[in-house]
Amino acid sequence: MYLQDIARVIRSKNAGPRCTTLDIMFNSDEDYNRVIQSKVINQALIAKLYDMPAEQVNIIEYPMSRALKIAIPRKITAGDPGDRDVYGAQQHARLFKVEIL
Amino acid sequence: MSATGRILKEFANLKARRPLKLLGASGQLGYGIPTPAFNAGLERKPDLIGCDMGSIDIGPYYLGSGNMATARESTKRDLRKVIIAARLHDIPLVIGSAGSAGGAPHLEQTLAIVREIAKDEGLHFRLGVIAGDIPKDIIIDAIRAQGVVGIDGMPALTEEDVLGAAHIVGQMGMSSFEQAFKADIDVLITGRACDTAIFSTLPVMLGFPIGLSVHLAKIIECASLCCLPGGRDSILATLDDEGFVLESMAPQRRATPTSVAAHSLYEQNDPYVIIEPEGRAVLNEAKYEQIDDRRTRISGAQWLEAQQITIKIEGSTRVGERAILLCGAADPIFIKNHEEILRDVTKVVRDLVCEDTPEDYTLFWRVFGVNGVTDPLPDAVTPSEICMTIECIAPTTARASEVVRTMKQYLLHFGYEGRLSTGGNLAFAFTPPEISVGTAYKFSVYHIMTTARLGELFHLKIEEL
Repeated sequence: MYLQDIARVIRSKNAGPRCTTLDIMFNSDEDYNRVIQSKVINQALIAKLYDMPAEQVNIIEYPMSRALKIAIPRKITAGDPGDRDVYGAQQHARLFKVEIL
Repeated sequence: MSATGRILKEFANLKARRPLKLLGASGQLGYGIPTPAFNAGLERKPDLIGCDMGSIDIGPYYLGSGNMATARESTKRDLRKVIIAARLHDIPLVIGSAGSAGGAPHLEQTLAIVREIAKDEGLHFRLGVIAGDIPKDIIIDAIRAQGVVGIDGMPALTEEDVLGAAHIVGQMGMSSFEQAFKADIDVLITGRACDTAIFSTLPVMLGFPIGLSVHLAKIIECASLCCLPGGRDSILATLDDEGFVLESMAPQRRATPTSVAAHSLYEQNDPYVIIEPEGRAVLNEAKYEQIDDRRTRISGAQWLEAQQITIKIEGSTRVGERAILLCGAADPIFIKNHEEILRDVTKVVRDLVCEDTPEDYTLFWRVFGVNGVTDPLPDAVTPSEICMTIECIAPTTARASEVVRTMKQYLLHFGYEGRLSTGGNLAFAFTPPEISVGTAYKFSVYHIMTTARLGELFHLKIEEL
């Protein structure tokens, strides 16, 4: 099963011009717990998907909303020459096909 | 007496405390305020109307250029709606981060519209104005005193960065808003400000817990975005000394415990804290309880006061003039070889346009369909069509335009290896396909500043309209 089949929300957005955040939310405690317990969403995976050192990845569990919050640094400050996504709202897509055990 | 004076006096003389009702009218004033929900909010007799008008998310252009992101007409329509309502009900209206970026030109454009509205509608009121610009000498003093720190790895700020910036603003907080509320005003319009201060200042002045006031403010500054389904309609918060209740003024939007809690994730890198100049609200103990299908009660936010007030500063610097070329391709051989073709044509163009002029420009291309938005995943398929933006940033508009026009012609007719189509390599949806899009800016300042000259920042001016 892919993350896109179990998540209710998979999104990205800047938190300030130097940071991209990725939110993954689930419909039920069962789905949320399944993903948390699988430990599939971890620093190493995000580091690989977004091509950065694992220690730059910050993951926070937020059970109140059955959500995972991931914060990663932007490689280019929002709006600098050469940026491709000023709002950072389209950086989530590569999470869709993460395989959940 | 004006609107803020009246509510401060009322609470000072209350025998028993009463709840406070705050109406979040718009999270982005200038993009339209849906009337039915706004009017439904007014029927609930709110004590204050608040609107956030700006953000850093829109990028460095607006702060640098002094232009607003919203159209003047739609901005005027929204301002007219909230000013008329606030004056009719005689309650304070608070608008933060005027004109998208909250710098002096943005504030001035917003005030010009407000004065027009007052004149058109025959309204008279006491207007408080606080500019958000930070004088450059104050920042330079702070740099010399080791009081400026980059946010999220932003490089150390230099005096040259400060002097070179087109505009630098700072996010004012509750202490700046408080002086305006004390000055007995009807309408407050500020330059760059913490979005929370719009809503949290009044309750804190009236003795409501700071943690709750800031938590409430952080949610309703985005109007009904915290609901299911999220939207732009006005939202009402009713605050007492133990918690607050949220209710969207659009009947189809439900504030549920999960949806409201999830709002803490939005554009924040840590959902458990809200950092303000004066301290931080900590949400680890926050409770979200369902009242009914459409309302949620929130409690539990704690407030930790900072030892020292800090100001988040934002600045934007011109990098050059920007021109772009928009074109497409459907030829499979061109698409397969586009990277090499673009590199080769770039060299051809450089040799031509730099024959008698230094290489004084930078060129970026984005190939939509391939990697215009993100780097491709290993299993990405080859598209049947691509769209390209070829962007040049140069010292002058003429130079940027010269470079992209030359790129257009040589990319159009470049005889790449294996070419079958000798009529032209590009599709133009219209001509001219090149556009000069104005000055390009970058964020040069995104730092936290501690200053001994705090008292010189964010001065209140009063205008009688």
